[in-house]
Amino acid sequence: MGMVIAEKILARHCGRKGVEPGTFIEAKVDIALGNDVTAPLAIEEFRKAGGSKVFDPDRVVLVPDHFAPNKDIESAQQCQILRSFAREQGLSHYYEVGRVGIEHALLPEEGVVLPGDLIIGADSHTCTYGALGAFACGVGSTDLAFAMLTGKCWFRVPETIKFVYKGKLNKWVSGKDLILYTIGDIGVDGALYKVMEFTGPVIRRLGMADRLTMCNMAVEAEAKSGIIEPDAETIEYIEARAERPYEIIHGDRSARYANVTEYDCSKIEPQVAFPPLPSNTRPISRVAEVYIDQVVIGSCTNGRIEDLRISDQVLKGRRVHPRVRLIVIPATQKVYREALSEGLLETFVDAGAVVSAPTCGPCLGGHMGVLAEGEKALATTNRNFAGRMGHPKAEIYLSNPAIAAASAVAGKIISPESL
Amino acid sequence: MKIKMEIKAKAYKFGNNISTDDIIPARYLSTCDAKELAKHCMEGVDEEFVGKLDRPSVTGHCIVAGKNFGCGSSREHAPLAIKEAGISCVLAESFARIFYRNAINIGLPILESKRASRRIGSGDEILIDLSRGRITNLSKDENYKAQPFPEFIQKIISAGGLMNYAKEKMKR
Repeated sequence: MGMVIAEKILARHCGRKGVEPGTFIEAKVDIALGNDVTAPLAIEEFRKAGGSKVFDPDRVVLVPDHFAPNKDIESAQQCQILRSFAREQGLSHYYEVGRVGIEHALLPEEGVVLPGDLIIGADSHTCTYGALGAFACGVGSTDLAFAMLTGKCWFRVPETIKFVYKGKLNKWVSGKDLILYTIGDIGVDGALYKVMEFTGPVIRRLGMADRLTMCNMAVEAEAKSGIIEPDAETIEYIEARAERPYEIIHGDRSARYANVTEYDCSKIEPQVAFPPLPSNTRPISRVAEVYIDQVVIGSCTNGRIEDLRISDQVLKGRRVHPRVRLIVIPATQKVYREALSEGLLETFVDAGAVVSAPTCGPCLGGHMGVLAEGEKALATTNRNFAGRMGHPKAEIYLSNPAIAAASAVAGKIISPESL
Repeated sequence: MKIKMEIKAKAYKFGNNISTDDIIPARYLSTCDAKELAKHCMEGVDEEFVGKLDRPSVTGHCIVAGKNFGCGSSREHAPLAIKEAGISCVLAESFARIFYRNAINIGLPILESKRASRRIGSGDEILIDLSRGRITNLSKDENYKAQPFPEFIQKIISAGGLMNYAKEKMKR
């Protein structure tokens, strides 16, 4: 029987010809990632287990992005743990403030994560890298400690669900809308323990930014990973940045899927996820008057240059509504630099927005835009659980950057068409 | 540290889709000190929760939840906070994937049982036999069966967590 791409990558990394869903394996990882929230715990576990040298200093990656630039003394201490460990171990992929970016935007951009890789990260959105044709999944700190020590991780081989996107994309509809629509369809545990493979003519026409956004939010349906088979678009993106050799892997034609779902994209409008779950989606035409206090454009989901360009397109020559605070966060320094030279930052500042240094910050209620009781925010981030961005009684709505930018101008959630 | 295989506990009931943001809000993540984390266990859904546990109790405590417990962020701080708060087991209809492996890896006993999750009410006294996956509801006089762990996971559990398992393997 043939294998899907996820099974093929797992099989290659545990030295087997084939693997079947349900089998437990210990596989070699190409990249093991941690951040300033999860890595300190992993480093502690690593030391407790008697670890002295990581399995490969080129393959353990530490990114202080959540509470950096350090928001308080405690987070400064956490970042220092990463810094000292990176120096002691001679890690080649540690990024200091000024060079750092949000991990899941940074690592693809830097060519650190590549097609065919098996990647684990102590961060749930590690699944983002599936957009490159890799198998990538989020794990915990102890898993990261184990991987740093042994270069391996345990997996239960997951089943794969195939999602086929057909038809023509409507105006203002992006990868974010496709994934929100899909999560709305299958629910927040609709892909539990499984891989979501995105395919079809619409996906083939999507750029890498939209693909990364889709795979990023696979975890919001509780998938182990999202994955897209590599094509010419992937190779063009990767060729310019790959820091080591990689392998393009495709699934077999005879591969079996746990389920196949098809969507006609011509029927999909821009989506808004209402609190408190990413699955609580509505098309923009069915969003009644929702007045907002804050808009965040950024995060590992939608903080790439393409997202900022769309925001610029909507915001150019307009002003942010007097009652609204618009926070724009380029996901990496490179995105920041590009946005600067393309004049996007000027548009944002002229519109009355604030532009922040790259950080996860407000997405998880860390800093740089925490919400007060009763406030409503529209964010291009990935989670709208109660309390996610601050006060448990604040409400979070999720959308794509175009809707977010238009809503910042209008003071309520609307489509750019209605501006 | 070996896990106690038989647990007597009082149930604290929660609903579906309890996220790791509910279990331990991100504002407490600038530390990995389990004792500090435990002070805020479940604060996102029930601010009084830890206070309730403090009451003198002859039995242990057990969280009983619905579907997709521990969804969202991968923060291992969530099962750590639960374990350190003195919760001896989490029962749910289903677990989010990363929470599931984190709990196994750090040695927090968890069991999946749809019937137990639906039938057990807050305050019920339950008896959990981890090795057999059997749950007895002493208050309602009912028995439920939990999904047994696959052999591979049992090895990690009996080693006392993933890092102990790693140490044992490296010795060999």
